[in-house]
Parts: sequence; C-alpha cells; structure tokens
Amino acid sequence: MTHLSEEQLIALRYGEAKDRAAAEQHLGSCGECRENFERLHHVLAAVEAMPVPKRDADYGRRVWRRIAPRLDERERIDWQGWFLPGRLTLAGAMAVLVLAAFVAGRFWRPEGQPAPAPISAEVRERILLVAVGEHLDRSQMVLIELVNANPPAAGEVNISGEQRRARELVTANRLYRQTASQAGETAVASVLDELERVLVEIANSPTEVSAAQLDQLQKRIESKGILFKVRIIGSEVRGRKPAPAPASPRQSS
Amino acid sequence: MEISDAARVVQAQAGDREAFRLLVERHSHTLFRLAYRMTGNEYDAEEIVQDTFLRAYRRLDRFEARANFGTWLYRIAVNCSLDLLRKRKTDEQRRAAPSESDEPDGADAFDKMPTSHPAPDRLVLSGEVGRHVAVALAALSQVERAAFELRHFEGLSIEEIGRTLGLRESATKNSVFRAVQKLRKALEPLVIRNR
Repeated sequence: MTHLSEEQLIALRYGEAKDRAAAEQHLGSCGECRENFERLHHVLAAVEAMPVPKRDADYGRRVWRRIAPRLDERERIDWQGWFLPGRLTLAGAMAVLVLAAFVAGRFWRPEGQPAPAPISAEVRERILLVAVGEHLDRSQMVLIELVNANPPAAGEVNISGEQRRARELVTANRLYRQTASQAGETAVASVLDELERVLVEIANSPTEVSAAQLDQLQKRIESKGILFKVRIIGSEVRGRKPAPAPASPRQSS
Repeated sequence: MEISDAARVVQAQAGDREAFRLLVERHSHTLFRLAYRMTGNEYDAEEIVQDTFLRAYRRLDRFEARANFGTWLYRIAVNCSLDLLRKRKTDEQRRAAPSESDEPDGADAFDKMPTSHPAPDRLVLSGEVGRHVAVALAALSQVERAAFELRHFEGLSIEEIGRTLGLRESATKNSVFRAVQKLRKALEPLVIRNR
C-alpha cells in the first residue's frame, strides 16, 4: 500500500486532508506512517514550545498611551493645514469645502473661486460660527424628531432617516469639535463631544426599533440633557455670529 | 456584556476614539505574540504592534463591516513585520560586502531570503532545542514564516492566509508546506534525540 506523503501528513495535521477518513484509516494500519506522523507532531510541538515574552495585563493600555499622541499629531497636522496658504492638504481642502458648503450664498458669490488665499482670523471664526450654528440646528432637529417620535402601537418604527442624518452629522461634528478645541472654545468643544456620542449611538442603533428600544433611546438622549445643551450653545454661537468683518482683508500676493 | 469588535469598529469609524482605545487594549497581546514570532525580537514586536494600530486607525474607513477585525489586524501586522524584516535585510545587505549573487531575480530572491537572525534575547531565553527552533524559524523565507505563523499559531484558514498575504490558495498551501518541511528537516534529528 502507498504510504502517505509528507504533504498529506502536513495537511492531515492541519485538518486539511482531502480524504481525511482514508488518511486516518491508513495511519491506523501503517506503523511507518504513524511514526512519521508522530515525528511531525513532535517537531511542531517543539516549535510551539518556543517561549514568547509575556506582556503584563497593562500592556494594551501602554500601547494606547504610546499611540494616542501620534493619532493626535496626525489629526492636528491635518486640521492645521486648513487655512494655511500653500499647505492645503486634501483633508484640509475638503474641510474648507465642508465649511464653505454651509455658508455658500451668504458670504461669497457663486462665481467666487475657492482659491487657497489667506483668510483672516476674524473671517475664519465667522465661517466657523455660522457652520457650527447650522450644524447644531441640524443636530437639534434629529434629536427633537427622535425624542418626539411616537412609539408604535405594535411592531417597530423605522428610524433609518434619522440614522442617515446622524451618520452625516457625526463626520461634520468631529471636524467642528476638533476645530473648536484647537481654537480654545472649550465649552463648544465639550458640548460637541457629548453630541457626538449621542449621534454615534443613534447611528449605531437598529434601523427598526421597537417601542421599548425607542423609549430607551429617548431616555438616553433626555438623561444627558444634550438637547438643552445644544440649544444653549447654538443660541450662544448664533449670538456671536454678527462679528465685524475684517477691516482690510489681506490679499494674497 | 462585552461589546463585539464589529460594534466597536463602527463606533470608531464614526469618530469615537474611546471605541478604538478598547480595540487596541483587546488586541494588543495577540498582535504582540504574532509580531514576536515573526521577528524574534521583543522590541521590534512592540514597534510593530504600535505601527499596526496606527495604520489600522488611519485605514478604518476602508474596513468592511462584514470582515473580521482581528484578521484585518493580522494582515496589517504581517505587513508591518514584513516591512521591518525587509528593511533589516536591506540594511544588512548594504553593510555586507558584495559577494557572489546566486539569486538575481528580484522578487524570488527576496522571497528566498531568510527572515532574520534570531535575536539574542531569544537565544538566551531558550535551551538547546529552543535555540535550534529560533535558527530554523529564522531560516524560513518571509512568506513561509508568515504563512506558517498564521496557520500554526493563529489558526487562520488557508483562504484567510491567502487574503492576508495576497497569495493564491495553491501558493499559500505551498508556503505552509515548505515551512513545515524545512522546520522538520532542521529540527527532527534534535527533537527525536531529546525525546
């Protein structure tokens, strides 16, 4: 009878033999192949016995502590690149477009070219305030709709529309939160941070929710008082909106 | 109740950094073991773990929800390991005087290069058998070693390893087979003697 090849033995060892039953049957009746298989097993056992230095239980946290600043660094570079002439990265350019989309038609003519010209701090702040105000309004709408949604008498209610909008808002929210944080707007950044968690929760909820699940979601939104905070910060931001335009905007040379 | 990787990834993709932190804490040990077995060096392994998570974070948007996050991390970790080993090999070659080249074709020659020399810590940690195992593992090509590690230690299927290493199924099987064959050739006399 033909003995099992080395390839067949290895395949058998890893549970990948094509005809496993036949191979095992052969092993049972062939001492030579059985010994061969045992030797293979011993070699692999020796490889397994190779010591791997142990990491303690805190290792994962240490890894996080080491990489977290590097995540920040990368993001900081991206955000810093927003308005710096000649340093507009793709991410920065996209961020400018996001902001510009919010204020399109208010401050610039449609034919205005989005050239990466220097933007003064005042104009930058004004754009940001308008954009954040709009963002808070939109977020508020989603929260109000969910908080006021009537629980279904039976079956489930579809919240896919709110989820889609929440997902869109999460991306923008992150942008504004980071910007507000960098600008030293700690109160705004803090509310945006809380809002982001709620939006993420909504975005990750089931598309179809039962009355109990909807009630749970509503209670979570209400318990955090986020709607109230968003309203307060929103009106505060809007109150600051009519900031004076820069006296003499810089021109790029 | 422990929240699944999939749910954490969705949160992280939406910008929830806390969710990503939990993923880092959950997978660091496994990645360290894989990276250590790939490189045989504790410090390289730690570096690889960090690089893996940094790369993962920056590519989170490319992760597909249906995929297995752990396997996706393996893929990144293996690539980080191969990058490091490749760099190490290039540095070694640069330092070495030019000698008779027996493998002129780029990719194949690279694939046949042994992965590394066993690090001193590995030699110190182990006894005679362990030392020989370290040498035998280091003599595998990078692809063979990666395929073997993923199959033998991490229990990935041939299909998953193929996806991870970008190999076809037959090439993946051959890599695992060649790795085991080489290990056996190098270690069997010693292992049998010590039984």
